[in-house]
Order: sequence, then structure tokens, then C-alpha cells
Amino acid sequence: MAKLNTKPNIAAPDDFYADLLAIHDGLSKEESDALNARLILILANHVGDRETLAEALAAAQARN
Amino acid sequence: MLDKPVETGGKKIFETPLYPYRQSPDQKPDAKVHHPVVIIGAGPIGLAAAIDLAQMDIPVVVLDENDKVSWGSRAICFAKRPLEILDRLGCGDPMVDKGVVWNVGKVFFDDRQVYDFNLLPEKGHKRPAFINLQQYYFELYLVERVFDLQRQGKPIELRGGNKLVSVKEKDNGVNLSIDTPDGPYRMDCDWLIACDGAGSPVRAMMGLDFVGRVFEDNFLIADVVMDADFPTERWFWFDPPFNRGQSALLHKQPDGVWRIDLQLGWNIDKEKEKQPENVIPRLKAMLGDDVKFELEWVSIYTFQCRRMEKFRHGHVIFAGDAAHQVSPFGARGANSGVQDTDNLCWKLKLVMDGLAPDSLLESYDVERIHGADENIMNSSRSTDFITPKSEISRIFRDAALDLSERYDFARPLVNSGRLSVPCVYDGSPLNGPDLLTDAPARTRPGAPCPDAPLGEGFLLGRLGGKFQLLAIDAEVPDRIEDGGIVAEALRISAADDPSGDLAARYLGAAKSAVYLLRPDQHVAARWPSYDEAAVKAALRTATGRA
Ligand SMILES: Cc1cc2nc3c(=O)[nH]c(=O)nc-3n(C[C@H](O)[C@H](O)[C@H](O)COP(=O)(O)OP(=O)(O)OC[C@H]3O[C@@H](n4cnc5c(N)ncnc54)[C@H](O)[C@@H]3O)c2cc1C
Repeated sequence: MAKLNTKPNIAAPDDFYADLLAIHDGLSKEESDALNARLILILANHVGDRETLAEALAAAQARN
Repeated sequence: MLDKPVETGGKKIFETPLYPYRQSPDQKPDAKVHHPVVIIGAGPIGLAAAIDLAQMDIPVVVLDENDKVSWGSRAICFAKRPLEILDRLGCGDPMVDKGVVWNVGKVFFDDRQVYDFNLLPEKGHKRPAFINLQQYYFELYLVERVFDLQRQGKPIELRGGNKLVSVKEKDNGVNLSIDTPDGPYRMDCDWLIACDGAGSPVRAMMGLDFVGRVFEDNFLIADVVMDADFPTERWFWFDPPFNRGQSALLHKQPDGVWRIDLQLGWNIDKEKEKQPENVIPRLKAMLGDDVKFELEWVSIYTFQCRRMEKFRHGHVIFAGDAAHQVSPFGARGANSGVQDTDNLCWKLKLVMDGLAPDSLLESYDVERIHGADENIMNSSRSTDFITPKSEISRIFRDAALDLSERYDFARPLVNSGRLSVPCVYDGSPLNGPDLLTDAPARTRPGAPCPDAPLGEGFLLGRLGGKFQLLAIDAEVPDRIEDGGIVAEALRISAADDPSGDLAARYLGAAKSAVYLLRPDQHVAARWPSYDEAAVKAALRTATGRA
């Protein structure tokens, strides 16, 4: 992991986590899946850098 | 796969025999027939190959079991690079004069337009980024060019009603059996170029593989004649109300003909779906009830992406759909096939003249397999976006489309077909040194020369058909020769193009340049100035003699 920041980086993590769940409130599974996909694309575009994105894809795939 | 044309009254070009069967002296009993080059198939690719060879005075015979132009709704989009190649083959003008030029596209999702785009073609090119033209016109103009060359006494023959029935490889050549209305005959040839289409009988007769991927989907492709005031744009729908869960495309062709693609899904009754009584209501739902139209063609296709493992097998060389097949999203079939023959013909000429070793032909495999793989990758990606094959792939597809309505960033992710661009032969064994520092990457060794304004005309009009030393504000001799292969000088100056496009494409930050260019207008090597030993070495590398 050369470029992807895997250290804590979000201020007030509990607030962010609550916000993340809140946007799914009242959504069906299908609507939530669509929302997550939109969110992933928005965040990925913000990152932009292909190396960082590749590391993020690998980090998401890695399981213990 | 193809059907009959829908009756529209008058006789269409595709119903007219253009090169009807005529008996040839080759068919006399006991005739010992030998030809240097035989081409199987007078489709776009076989015709392009034949013209290229005849222009170099290589005698060529083209055999086709048919005698007409293409049957059915097939290619409509022709890209800049093939048009430039056709200019070199002497028939770019009729194509572009007849073709429809378009730059604007609209993308619809569900019941709304999500965005539109303009291709904004780069300035300073003779040819447009794209034209739309029925494949039957494309072939017609090639056939007319063949007749033209015949009138000029060039050694080119086109034999309709000649069906290849067997191929036998022999030492340094190929033995063919051909069926005709007057019965069979045989001939030998030194080289056989198989341009006999995706179902290539030559490939089958030789027991060669053709592996790849079938997309489990059917597309209704209809060409309709209508007097409608839809603009000259490419309209693509994802999941529209008139074709739920599927896609649709509307695109203009010359003569008031419109191409309509409707995705139908996998489990359908093809025979039933292509009956006019089923097609017409679908089209009405799409075009509106009050639009009057007539059907010219209706076909149903399943698309595939596959290629041969090698295109060259001894004295038999495959080109076009016979060698590789792609789904049509992105218009890469005929476009890339024309680039195959552009790559092949000059190499074959050098080998036939004994100026280059047979191994030069191996570079055809390397370079065009590289091209085919790039095309297959792009077509597969478009097809996967247009027809998502899993739930998650549809979720991301729809997310990208949704976002594209509001956010620019998502538009490049939407893939309704990436338009065909030529590949750069990076890593080709024919590439020489790239010693021009700070020069643009787009003109590196292996790249096709981009066009640029030059004086009253364009650069590409001065290139091709032979090796050339392009000197931009540099000194070079008139010609340089190595082992019988000549490169001729073309001396120009950045000042010949006040717009600056020429300098931007060929010099970058460099003050001067010397380019060694191949007969197919690809860059072989480049330097800041002339060095005889270096140019000769690059010429040897570019002709497989290093
Ligand atoms: C719906 C659709 C849309 C397309 N859109 C585009 C597009 O927009 N742009 C693009 O570039 N491409 C497009 N293509 C692809 C394009 O049509 C093909 O790539 C192109 O026709 C290939 O040309 P070819 O000469 O290799 O083969 P073909 O055109 O198939 O020609 C093969 C020839 O060989 C002859 N032949 C076969 N067997 C024998 C035999 N035994 N003896 C003698 N002759 C024989 C046949 O009669 C035929 O004339 C599209 C295809 C489809 C189906």
C-alpha cells in the first residue's frame, strides 16, 4: 500500500458512519444497492489516481 | 443469419450482379493454372487487398461465390483511419462524398435524455472522424475502383460465381479447387489471402481454430427508409420505455435510410421476431405512430468476439472477419480489416520481390493480432456495458447512467460503443529507435501518421505506398537505398502549416525531425537529424532484415 491511506483519516468517524447509514433509511435493498454504486463511483472519481484506486480495489478484496 | 431484403419496389444495388460469372480461360480442361496471389472473398477486405496489390503491379485474382455487394444490414460507421487508407487506394472520395458526417450523440436512459456529446473532431485532418455509409456502397465503390484499375491495365481480376471448395497446401504455394456454374476447375497460387468472412471456409478446410466469446443476446437490426426530421446524430437508449430492460440505437445513413438496433434478449423466437408484423409495432413504439417508414432490411444477429491464434499459416494468410470477429459496438469489423490489408500488402510485395525474408510476414501476425486484441477488448467492454451480464454489473451500469445526467465525471464511464481508432504497434519487431526527444508520443515508432495541413493540402496525401524519409526542417538526401529497398525523401517545414498542427503532431518541443515512414504510413523510427548509418539500420529493422 504505497498510495492508499489506510490510516484513520475521517474526523468524527461515528458521525460519518451514522450519516452513511442514514442515507439508506427507508430504502429497499434494490435502492440501497443503487445508492451504494453511485457512491462508489463518486468517491472513485474523486480519488482519480489509478494506482490508488487499484490499491483500494485490492484492499477491499483482501480478507483475513 | 441474414434474411431477404424487404421488398421496396425498385431494384437495389445489393440485388444487382456487379461481377457476374463469366467463364475464364483458366477453366479449359488441361489448363495449367498458376497465379502469384489469389484472394478468396470480394467483401470489403478482399477488395481492399486486391486493389492494394494491383496498385503495386502484383497480379491478383479475387474469387467470390457471389457476384453482388454485401447482403443485409451490416457495417455503417467508417472511421478516419480506414478512410485515409482508402485515399491511398484511390477511392476515399466517393465514400466521403456519399457518406453522412456526424459529430453529435445523445444518450437516453429510461424515459429521459441524460446527456449529449460532440465528438469535437480534432482540426487539421483531411478526413472526418467518422462517416456513416451503407456497407453496400462501401463495397460498390471498391468494385468500381477495381474496374478503374482494370481499365488502366492493372493486373486485377474479379471472378463472381467462383466458389472455393478445397485448399491444399503444397511446397511454396497452395492448390485450390473451385466450383463454378460450368463445373469445377483447379489452380495453383504462391500466396492465398483468405478474406472469406467470419464463417471462413478456408479456415474450416484447414482445420484451424477460431476461439472467443459469444454474447448471449440477440439484436434486431433494421434499416428503414423514412422521411423524418430526426437530426444527423447518434441516439442511444438504455432501458427505454419502448424496449424495456434492453437497449436501442438510431443512426442516420445516406438516402434517408436509418439504422435501428433493438436489443431483444436471449430467449426469443428469431423467426417470429423478424416478421414485419412483429417488427413494425416495435419500430412504431420507438419512432412514434405518425412517422412513415418502409423496411429495407431486417436481420437478427448474435454477436461474438473471437480470433484465430495466428493469422498467417505458411502461404495462406487470413485477413478481416476470417481472422477476427468483433461485436459491432464501436464499428471495428470492416475498419480493422482494412488495416489488416494495409499492413500486409507491402510486406507481401517485398517478400515476393525477394527483397525481404519470408519472416517479415511474421510481423503481420504480431502487429495485427495486437490490433485485433485491442478491438476485441474494446468491443467486449462496450457489449458488457450495453448488455450487463450480472446483477451487479447492471447496478453499476445504471449508477453510471443516473449520475451522467447531473455530473460530467460519469459521462466517460458510459459506454455505448467506443469509436474505432487505429492501434499503435508498440513493441513491434519492426520498430526502430525513437531518438527525437520531447516529441509527441502520438508519432512514436509504431504509430500511424496523424494527418496535418501541409501547404494547400494535407500531409497524408504525400505519404504512403513506399518507404519515405520525412524531413521537417532537416537535411536529408533525395533517396537512400539499402539492399534494394529505397526510402525517398519528403522535405517539409513546420512553416508549411501556419496553423501549427504539423509542428504540434510531429515536432513537439524539437526544432527539427527526420522520420522513417513505412509504406502503410506508420512511423518506423525518428531522429532529430539525418544519420545515414542509423537510417539504413532502421530500414533493415523495418523490413525484417536486422
Ligand atoms: C449489424 C452489423 C453492423 C456492423 N457495423 C459495422 C460498422 O459500423 N463498422 C465496421 O467497420 N464494421 C461493422 N460490421 C462488421 C463488418 O460488416 C465486417 O467486419 C465486414 O463485412 C468484414 O468484411 P470481410 O471482407 O472480412 O468479410 P465479408 O464481408 O463477410 O466477405 C466475405 C466474402 O467471402 C465470400 N466467400 C465466402 N466463402 C466463399 C467461398 N467458399 N468461395 C468464394 N467466396 C466465398 C462471400 O461471398 C463474401 O463476399 C458490422 C457487422 C454487422 C453484422
